[in-house]
Amino acid sequence: MTLLTVTGLSKRFPARRGLVEILRRTPRQAVHAVEQVSLDVMRGETLGIVGESGCGKSTLARCLVRLHEPDGGSVSFDGTDVLALEGDARRRFNRQVQMVFQDPYGSLNPRMTVGDTLGEALAVHRVVPAAEIPARVRSLLDLVHLPQDAALRYPHEFSGGQRQRIGIARALAVEPSLIIADEPVSALDVSVQASIVNLLMELQDRLGLTLVFITHDLRLVKHMTHRVAVMYLGRIVEIGPTAEIFARPQHPYTQALIRAVPLVKARRRDGEAAVMGEMPSPLNPPSGCAFHPRCPRAEPECALSVPDLSDRGAGWQVACRRA
Amino acid sequence: MKRLSAPLIGGMILLGAVMLCAMIPDVLAPYDPLGFDFAALLAPPSAAHPFGTDQFGRDMLSRTISAARIDLQIALFATIFPCVLGVLIGLFVGWYGGVADMIFGRLVDLVVTFPFLVLVIAIVAILGPGLVNMYIAITIVGWVAYARLMHSEVLVQKAGEYVAAARVLGYSTPRILFRHILPNAIRPVLVYLVSDMALVILLGSSLGYLGLGAQPPEAEWGVLIADGKNFFNQAPWIALFPGAVIVIAGLGFSLTGDGLADLLEVKR
Repeated sequence: MTLLTVTGLSKRFPARRGLVEILRRTPRQAVHAVEQVSLDVMRGETLGIVGESGCGKSTLARCLVRLHEPDGGSVSFDGTDVLALEGDARRRFNRQVQMVFQDPYGSLNPRMTVGDTLGEALAVHRVVPAAEIPARVRSLLDLVHLPQDAALRYPHEFSGGQRQRIGIARALAVEPSLIIADEPVSALDVSVQASIVNLLMELQDRLGLTLVFITHDLRLVKHMTHRVAVMYLGRIVEIGPTAEIFARPQHPYTQALIRAVPLVKARRRDGEAAVMGEMPSPLNPPSGCAFHPRCPRAEPECALSVPDLSDRGAGWQVACRRA
Repeated sequence: MKRLSAPLIGGMILLGAVMLCAMIPDVLAPYDPLGFDFAALLAPPSAAHPFGTDQFGRDMLSRTISAARIDLQIALFATIFPCVLGVLIGLFVGWYGGVADMIFGRLVDLVVTFPFLVLVIAIVAILGPGLVNMYIAITIVGWVAYARLMHSEVLVQKAGEYVAAARVLGYSTPRILFRHILPNAIRPVLVYLVSDMALVILLGSSLGYLGLGAQPPEAEWGVLIADGKNFFNQAPWIALFPGAVIVIAGLGFSLTGDGLADLLEVKR
């Protein structure tokens, strides 16, 4: 059953023009951070969103919770139009959809104790009566495997991994059904990453959460997601079941990404570069398929029009005319 | 808990002494500050009159002690009003940005174009001399410094992920502004506030000296210096000791401000 439906979502950030450009009437340029993204999130699943830095995956996440207001498209959560919500209805939506942030050092208010941070979320949304807040804070800390005395301490007294647990506890405080995790482990040591990933998976299991997991780390995607969407320059180029995409990637970009994953086991590498060159500027994306300048299989038509996502069966879609 | 640093302790001792003078001048002052003593006109500092006496034989130590109250009042009121106004303006402008930001920017440019003292004197001249009008003038000019500090700090804080988290949690804008951003953005303002107290004491004394601030018979250190200037050759102590006390009070505020800056530094 579909929990969240995104249709044709776009977000552009206009670039600042200098005085000379305004006088010359240079058209205002815009970064096309997210372009025409459509996807569904099923209840109870984990959807991974992967892509290089700057491909628009974080912007997409922020549009879903309306930290950014999208320029076009629609987001529907459990049948209600998210982008039209205001006031109390919007606050009810906030309770349903929570976010875990990337930077465990910046995502907690350094002047509030952990107990205050969690208690505030409980109090504002009246999750429990005021008298029961301390008890609920303790059970939240328990849920993310932090000691009880953590409630009285400040964020700077914790390690990065512990802070990320606090961030997760804050998100869980309002009892959401969907959690959007925006690169929740990329700022952490590898040894700590595993414990946070396992915690998220455990919580999903226990609480029946739906998870949107944004990352650039394909190993995490393979390990913990049911389905994955691959983004390139603001667009989804391939989306489908994780196991199948990893086994038989269709889009040349997905193939390149998977080939670029460092392997621990020695295996014969064919020596061919996974992908050539840098990602083009989102201010001035290439015509047609944005990947064509770097694509080993590009043909002249690829520069002419943007390929649509076409169905390959079983919810698997690829945006490539050559695949 | 952080340990109190030496500058903070030193500053607080100096300020404590000034505050004591302001709170119980009658107990501390050896003589009536307004009592004439024609037996000791323009007497140099001695055991009986440590700060000497003025042209009416008034004890300068007693006058300096009883003037502390007005100067502390100036230090407080001439900073609190501009601070509160500036912090609120900086907070809202920093948060909402856009047109408010543009108007704010031009307004700031307009005020900082004029030398601070000239603008204050001009406003006091229009409103008329006196302490209340002086506070009004300082507030009209002084809020800009606080607003700029607050504004730039709010811009930094509002990009922080903890603010994004608060928005995703559906917190109201006043809650985000006052409970989350304000406590994290206020530190440079508080530090500036304390050192500004030293500056406004000097400013208040300058205006008192020019006859635009505290009006006689209210004694104020700047007024005392102004009184003493006519006798500076025969009796330099009349102006000297109130001047030294201004320096000491200013030093106290500056050291306290410095110490507070270290103490309030938030760990990340």
